[in-house]
Amino acid sequence: MMNRTLLSARKLSAFYGATRVLHGIDFDIIEGNVTAFLGANGAGKTSTLRALSGMIETTGEIDFAGQPLKGKSTEERAQLGIAHVPEGRGTFSRMTIEENLQLGAMSRSDRAGIAADIERVYGYFPKLRERAHQQAGTMSGGEQQMLAIGRALMMRPKLMLLDEPSFGLAPLMVDEVYTILRRLKEDEGVSMLLVEQNAAAALALADQAYLIETGEIVMSGLAQEIGRDENIRRAYLGY
Amino acid sequence: MQLVLSQILAGLSTGGIYACMALAIVMIYQAIDHLNFAQGEMAMFSTFIAWQLLHWGLPYWPTFFLTIAISFVGGVLIERIIFKPLKNAPILSHIVVFIALFAILNSGAGFIWDFNIKSFPTPFGTTPLFGSLISSHDAGMISVTIIVLILLYAFFRYTRVGLAMRATAANPESARLVGIRVGWMIALGWGMAAAIGAIAGMMIAPVVFLEPNMMVSILLYGFAGAVVGGLTSPLGAVIGGFAVGVIENLSGFIPDVGNELKLTIALALIVAVLTIRPQGLFGRVIVTRV
Repeated sequence: MMNRTLLSARKLSAFYGATRVLHGIDFDIIEGNVTAFLGANGAGKTSTLRALSGMIETTGEIDFAGQPLKGKSTEERAQLGIAHVPEGRGTFSRMTIEENLQLGAMSRSDRAGIAADIERVYGYFPKLRERAHQQAGTMSGGEQQMLAIGRALMMRPKLMLLDEPSFGLAPLMVDEVYTILRRLKEDEGVSMLLVEQNAAAALALADQAYLIETGEIVMSGLAQEIGRDENIRRAYLGY
Repeated sequence: MQLVLSQILAGLSTGGIYACMALAIVMIYQAIDHLNFAQGEMAMFSTFIAWQLLHWGLPYWPTFFLTIAISFVGGVLIERIIFKPLKNAPILSHIVVFIALFAILNSGAGFIWDFNIKSFPTPFGTTPLFGSLISSHDAGMISVTIIVLILLYAFFRYTRVGLAMRATAANPESARLVGIRVGWMIALGWGMAAAIGAIAGMMIAPVVFLEPNMMVSILLYGFAGAVVGGLTSPLGAVIGGFAVGVIENLSGFIPDVGNELKLTIALALIVAVLTIRPQGLFGRVIVTRV
């Protein structure tokens, strides 16, 4: 596999109003890899994803698949192939599961391809097929997380942004979600940027990892090495 | 009995118009979270456009559809030019702009077409049907309303654009993240609301006569219908609109109420629903986390 850079951020800062939450960070995402951003609550992980999706004010440069994202709206970035599974999963809770998946394919027009992809998603998540015509809001948190990942897959994304996929889930469900993410990585080569507080789960899946603290990157490297280093684990990851 | 039945049918026919106005209000409310006070004036202006086209000699049905198209474009333009820049403005700015739009359309229509009452034709005639149970215009009005509602239901239920519009109303942030052009969906909602209003205006104009203030009380009934059904529920708004029409007509039977107090009943209904069940009969409670 070629190690092509899919996304690179340079001097990326982000703001909520006048409050600066990212302080000029640099990072790269390599195609086909899983990149993890780890850090405590409020470190700037979610803000990084929101910055990439154009949901908050930013300065600095982001290059994605060979073109600058500056000035592009959230919906344009989605159409370019950035599938953001947001905090809280962004479920359309009063619509059916199938409609939620259809919405993921909203910027595509290949009907046959969409139908095939819905089948593919049901293949990964059999529970979604069982409940295809029920309201999405009636599902459990874990099932909604799966639906959100399925919806993102329907976009045929070049890059998936996953915001705490383990958040609020029972340990067994966390394992289930991560097993599926691993299959997506290995079988389909989906590139992912994964933001997590659950460092152990994320490091087991990721290729690269960045540690982020109060809006700055304090360390980066191969996920394996970071996971092995006891000092880093104690100091930053708390396990 | 005959009289009651005929009053109920008459109530359903005007109720259909209230249902259309209520639906137009709910569509815009879902898109931008504000009540469009100018919805009635937009409908009135559309009806004047229809009147002008008829006056120039265009036959009724081409006029009908051309007016719907013009109103749709007008609605989209109002959103793009006036409301898009106001997206993040406080609620008071919206209210002021709605009042301005109301005044501009109202006096604009008066300026162009004057304030004299004009008659507006009905394509259905006014012959009594079923042993004078209902007039043919009332029957036509109910039919048109039902066709419009079925088309709208099919649009929102079975088309991709309809799905995208529902997603935009339900969760704009998530809609953006899947690549839906939220701004255009909102503009489309305005266009459709304007088009629905135009149909309502053209249908009710033969009954109330055409003049710049013709929609004021009708919009009030539309608001009542929307509030009764629930501002978050398009289906509720439609049912509410029909219900208000029937209640309005039947209230004529209550001694000492008569026609003069009909409007009072609509307002009393709004107050009663807002007091007892603020989310309306079919609406849902919106929980805001702070």
